Amino acid sequence: MAHSTGKIIGQRILGAIPSVIGVIIVTFLLTRALPGDPAAFFAGPAATAEAIAEVRATLGLDKTLPEQFFLYLGDLVRGDLGTSLTTGQTVVYDLATRLPASLELTLAGLVFAIALALPLGILAATKPNSWVDHGVRLLATAGVSLPTFFTGLFLIYLLYYRMGIVPAPLGRLDILYSAPPPVTGLYVIDSLLAGDLALFWAAASQLFLPAVTLGLFALAPLARVTRASMLGMLSSDFIRTARASGLPPRQVLFGYAFRNAMLPVITTLGVVFSFLLGANILVEKVFAWPGIGSYAVEALVASDYAPIQGFILTMALLYVVLNLLIDLLYVVIDPRAGVEA
Amino acid sequence: MTLHQSASSTTATDTVTAQLLSVENLDVEFRTRSGTVKALEAVSFAINPGETVGIVGESGSGKSVTAFTLMGVLDRAGKVANGKALFQTDRVAVDLLREPESSLRQLRGKELSMIFQNPRTALNPIRKVGKQITDVLRCHTDLSGDALRDRAIEMLASVRIPDPEQRYDAYPYELSGGLCQRIMIAIALACAPKLLIADEPTTGLDVTTQATVMNLIKDLATQQQMAAILITHDLALASEYCDRIVVMHAGHVVESAPTHSLFRAPRHPYTAKLIAATPEPHKAFADLIPIAGNLPDLKATTIPPCRFSQRCDRYEPALCDQAPLTRQQPVPEHHVACWKPLE
Repeated sequence: MAHSTGKIIGQRILGAIPSVIGVIIVTFLLTRALPGDPAAFFAGPAATAEAIAEVRATLGLDKTLPEQFFLYLGDLVRGDLGTSLTTGQTVVYDLATRLPASLELTLAGLVFAIALALPLGILAATKPNSWVDHGVRLLATAGVSLPTFFTGLFLIYLLYYRMGIVPAPLGRLDILYSAPPPVTGLYVIDSLLAGDLALFWAAASQLFLPAVTLGLFALAPLARVTRASMLGMLSSDFIRTARASGLPPRQVLFGYAFRNAMLPVITTLGVVFSFLLGANILVEKVFAWPGIGSYAVEALVASDYAPIQGFILTMALLYVVLNLLIDLLYVVIDPRAGVEA
Repeated sequence: MTLHQSASSTTATDTVTAQLLSVENLDVEFRTRSGTVKALEAVSFAINPGETVGIVGESGSGKSVTAFTLMGVLDRAGKVANGKALFQTDRVAVDLLREPESSLRQLRGKELSMIFQNPRTALNPIRKVGKQITDVLRCHTDLSGDALRDRAIEMLASVRIPDPEQRYDAYPYELSGGLCQRIMIAIALACAPKLLIADEPTTGLDVTTQATVMNLIKDLATQQQMAAILITHDLALASEYCDRIVVMHAGHVVESAPTHSLFRAPRHPYTAKLIAATPEPHKAFADLIPIAGNLPDLKATTIPPCRFSQRCDRYEPALCDQAPLTRQQPVPEHHVACWKPLE
């Protein structure tokens, strides 16, 4: 069994390679299709036609599209994504500092959402049409129908301005602290790895509100799918067999029903995660979170094409990796996954 | 046989101790959006230790609901409105309908077990079949570790699954329907129960597999001195494997008798028609007489006391509309719920 599982996992990883190639081609074409002439932009408003042509030659934009593509590939292989005009740093550097911030926020939001949505969904499914069920439905509807910037501002007003129990919404760390030595890039984890509890607490308290804001939004689809999936499983034949065999309720609920109900939940989790990565731009703006979303928006406003290209490529690769992870999780949970291959 | 046994028992207490399970006046209702369905009404029957009893009837007659009620796995909408189901454990008689859930759980899978129709969906699709057997063993026995695994493999061998050690690690989707049903049997019999309820155990299996599965159940029942309830719509199957047969129609027990007595002289018109509608090798298709009409609407506010009266050609208005419909015993061991039974 273990051997074939390994084989299926290998197949899935190989299967992701065409997606990566596709992503690279689309990113390249997409940035070439952006309106505006980068050469004219780089040369500045006072440049002559010769100067623009010169810049175009140095940027390699006078070459044919295939030639440009291979140059772009060469840059990619060398890990060169160009330089941002707005920050003056290389795009790789900018992404490397900002992507972990976005990932930390998204993951924390997702953990919050999962920690709340799964128990609520299970509870709602075990007592359908009870007050618990209606309460969960209300919470989920509220979470998804209120815009994130509103939830964010409301939480800041309530918990920071009114009650003062969370720090000011000014980025990842209070200015009194300096960032922990980067290992994963996630401050909460790196501070723990460095054994600095005060720093951990500072990072965690900054993270709390934006993560909750994001998590409330992700709560609804997860709770709904968990409930529906659990309801379906609990009325299935094999649950009746388990109950007729006298298995303890806990084992029936978690060992039998929930494990089977996980499959659609994981699919939804992947969709929600991808969605959050894109949707957290608003939350990043509200909480001055130095993430990849606000970086991309700023670059777009400034017609700074290298960061945009780098952003699209990074996000697309993240989606590919994410889908791969979900596929692998499927294989681990469901022995039937990948059998058709 | 059982006939002799019960006939000789003169006092009420003797009868009680002799019976493994006695169901008395069981009423079950389902609450649905369009009204309450009176699925079972005054269902009574008894099972003696070691005997095989068939519950037969057409679809919707309440056979499975009876079984689910006894096992405590009725759908959420179903409610037991009345009745008793006394199950004789080693020391005391337990009412399966009243006892607290936690102590009933100790009985289920251990003292009384059930196998279901559609073995493919009745097994957990993402758990190894061996593990599904050890799950039951772990919760009802003191076995642990390798002993659990060994016992599960032993069970797989006892239901005649080839290569039991390899099959231990198989998932249900890797096995045929017949093998899945044997796994179900292995799960149900893992703790050597006193009573096995088999709900249409051969539905969805081809004819040769049907015979193998039925013979397996019969053999194991004899070996372990286990009583069995065989729920089926197949009268021929029931006559082949059962000592006694309980005939159900629209949530009523209409007749119950030893198999030979039932077939030789059915008393209830429904039973007689059921037998006439059963295919046999010497009968041509044209010889089979279908039973006219359908089951009455069990959601109706007034259901006739005899739920077969609308379909019965012996129906007599004044006589058959008397309520309540009581059971008569024209000969010992032969009960019939009819105002105008066949002679």
